Amino acid sequence: MADNNALGPSVRRRSWSWRSKAFRGVIYQVLAVSVIALAVWFLTSNTLTNLRIRGIQSGFDFLSQPAGFGIGESVIAFDSSNPYWKAFLVGLTNTIRVAIIGVLIATVLGTAIGIGRLARNFLVRAVCTAYVELFRNIPVLLQLLMWYLLLNELLPPVSEALNPAPGMYLSKGGFAFPVPVWVPGYALMLAGAIAGVTAAWLYRRRAAAQFAATGHVRAVFWPSLAIIVVGIAAGWFAGGAPTALDLPERTPFNVRGGGSVTPEFLALTLGLAIYTAAFIAEIVRSGIQAVPWGQIEAASSLGLTRNRQLQLVLLPQALRVIIPPLTNQYLNLTKNSSLAVAIGYPDLVSISNTTLNQTGRAVECITIIMAVYLTLSLSTAALMNWYNARAAIKER
Amino acid sequence: MHQKSVVKRIAGAAVLVTAALSWPAHAGKTLDTIKQRGQVVCGVNTGLAGFSAADSQGNWTGLDVDVCKAIAAAVLGDANKVKWVPLTAQARFTALQSGEVDILSRNTTWTLTRDASLGLDFVGVTYYDGQGFMVATKTKVTSAKNLKGADVCVQSGTTTEKNLNDYNKSNNLNMKPVVFESLEASVKAFFSGRCQAYTTDASGMASIRNKEASNPNDYVILPELISKEPLGPAVRRGDAEWFAISKWVIFALIEAEEYGITQANVDQMKASTDPAVQRILGSGEDMGKLLGLDKEWAYRAIKAVGNYGEVFERNVGPKSPLKLPRGLNNLWNKGGIMYAPPIR
Repeated sequence: MADNNALGPSVRRRSWSWRSKAFRGVIYQVLAVSVIALAVWFLTSNTLTNLRIRGIQSGFDFLSQPAGFGIGESVIAFDSSNPYWKAFLVGLTNTIRVAIIGVLIATVLGTAIGIGRLARNFLVRAVCTAYVELFRNIPVLLQLLMWYLLLNELLPPVSEALNPAPGMYLSKGGFAFPVPVWVPGYALMLAGAIAGVTAAWLYRRRAAAQFAATGHVRAVFWPSLAIIVVGIAAGWFAGGAPTALDLPERTPFNVRGGGSVTPEFLALTLGLAIYTAAFIAEIVRSGIQAVPWGQIEAASSLGLTRNRQLQLVLLPQALRVIIPPLTNQYLNLTKNSSLAVAIGYPDLVSISNTTLNQTGRAVECITIIMAVYLTLSLSTAALMNWYNARAAIKER
Repeated sequence: MHQKSVVKRIAGAAVLVTAALSWPAHAGKTLDTIKQRGQVVCGVNTGLAGFSAADSQGNWTGLDVDVCKAIAAAVLGDANKVKWVPLTAQARFTALQSGEVDILSRNTTWTLTRDASLGLDFVGVTYYDGQGFMVATKTKVTSAKNLKGADVCVQSGTTTEKNLNDYNKSNNLNMKPVVFESLEASVKAFFSGRCQAYTTDASGMASIRNKEASNPNDYVILPELISKEPLGPAVRRGDAEWFAISKWVIFALIEAEEYGITQANVDQMKASTDPAVQRILGSGEDMGKLLGLDKEWAYRAIKAVGNYGEVFERNVGPKSPLKLPRGLNNLWNKGGIMYAPPIR
């Protein structure tokens, strides 16, 4: 662009030429694309030929065969007679479960520690700094192994499971807790929750409109929360106030029933969250520090309270700096969850390892893993980009 | 300047592509490569006492290791001309397929899927095994059928997971597998009490119980064997000559036991008048020529590691730390099923 302007209008008007920059550009791009296409074609056909020559069977047809192996923990129902594709799906949901819960914990923890790094209190500041320096400088695999080892060494065996509260068991076998037994009444409760959220949203909108029209500030947070809680409670009562719980029970070897998480899941999720939180803390700290101090001073001189300063001046500007690197950390956490194989959590990679070994379809299984992680990462990035666009400066 | 650098870059890319296209499609015959290299490259377990394990000096010992030593002795005349490549359960087949190792001698179960679809050929069975369970003695469990609802630690990348599942289903036991990538991790998790039971091939379990448990008597191996696990070496498909050599070195070790040839008496036995012994040791008919080797191929293999019985006793037998009974692995005429086709 700048070049064209510098060369002036006479250049742009000149008719097309073999020696023009535009033509060379097209040639280079065509060449580059064909080289890449050639390389892809060569690698694919070479692999297929070699597999055939060596008598190694290939293809994705194995996906519809019965898997024939069990999976220790699963969000969706899985039986060993289900096909391989369903085993992959179980692995994927296990990965996503770790990613979502890990991201949530890491964000909350990281934000708290990032703010703590800027605290006036020396002790808080020192503890937060120590946390960041400790956890971001030790390889994540070691941390995972350490958490797993700690959980397995510290917790009692299943036969002597801790019983911190009625219906809860904590042992080497995992953490078992009661879950409500599903009855149709919960559908009404869910409907109540949705109604509550909608009402809260309408209330917020009205408050904002009133503020724009009259300048009168109305409390938003507590009333919204109250509306949602009332909605849920109303739904629960309307559904017949179900209270039945599925309590975990001891079996000779184990605690079965209720909800449960395994030590593998705990170690993986907490390990990844604690590791990632160290990076998020630094991102949050740098984001806050990137907002010039004058902004806060200006906000104070306008008479805004400290909370309003944070909410209206500091955070909106800090978020613009925070979100893009935060996206990276979310992606990292998701990808690092593949370290699950080291501590026995049945994530996508673990399932695919088993599949690979039983079917011998190495190329196919690796391709599936790569495609899935790529999809996961691209969707996370897309979501975060959308959020980033919302938080970005709106030029009016 | 600018133009030149782009041209250079394109030329660079072209060179890369040509290099990629001119990669040799496949190495030559395995035997020729081995002779040229002066070494047999042998894929073994990363560490399973009795089968393949390295000591502090880096010397490998074990039943699987001795198979490779015998082959190196037969082919190259020196049992020490072996390059050991420790392989995990997942990496083993790829390593063999890609030519990284000449032979995979790594307690690998011979199954139809592996034999038919992985581009490899199993050369024989060096150990007849079965999958079993190990539990802590204090649980007082005496049968695998009592393991209802137990968590079971397993190493991934093996036939074990499928067997566990089959047994689970047929006995309605509802056991839950906890799958680890490495042997070490799965073993550590079991001994720390994460799982109530550990499952793998019975032989491997004896090795684990003996080497890894702080007190082996705290753990007991349950009597049930829930599967057939014929363990043996495999070679890449497509080289019949190398396939035959590997196969017949193992047969020679079994034949040697049958005819009473041992590491100690192999030199005296050369003077034997028994034509069968003469054929094995190369003092009579030249059998090695048919395999592309010399007359004394089997003599050197036996001299290097002893006959199959000696290999078994030394590494895993009742007098070794593993204390495994000979059982199925005894010769066919002594109550076992070890049977080698005749060398003639």
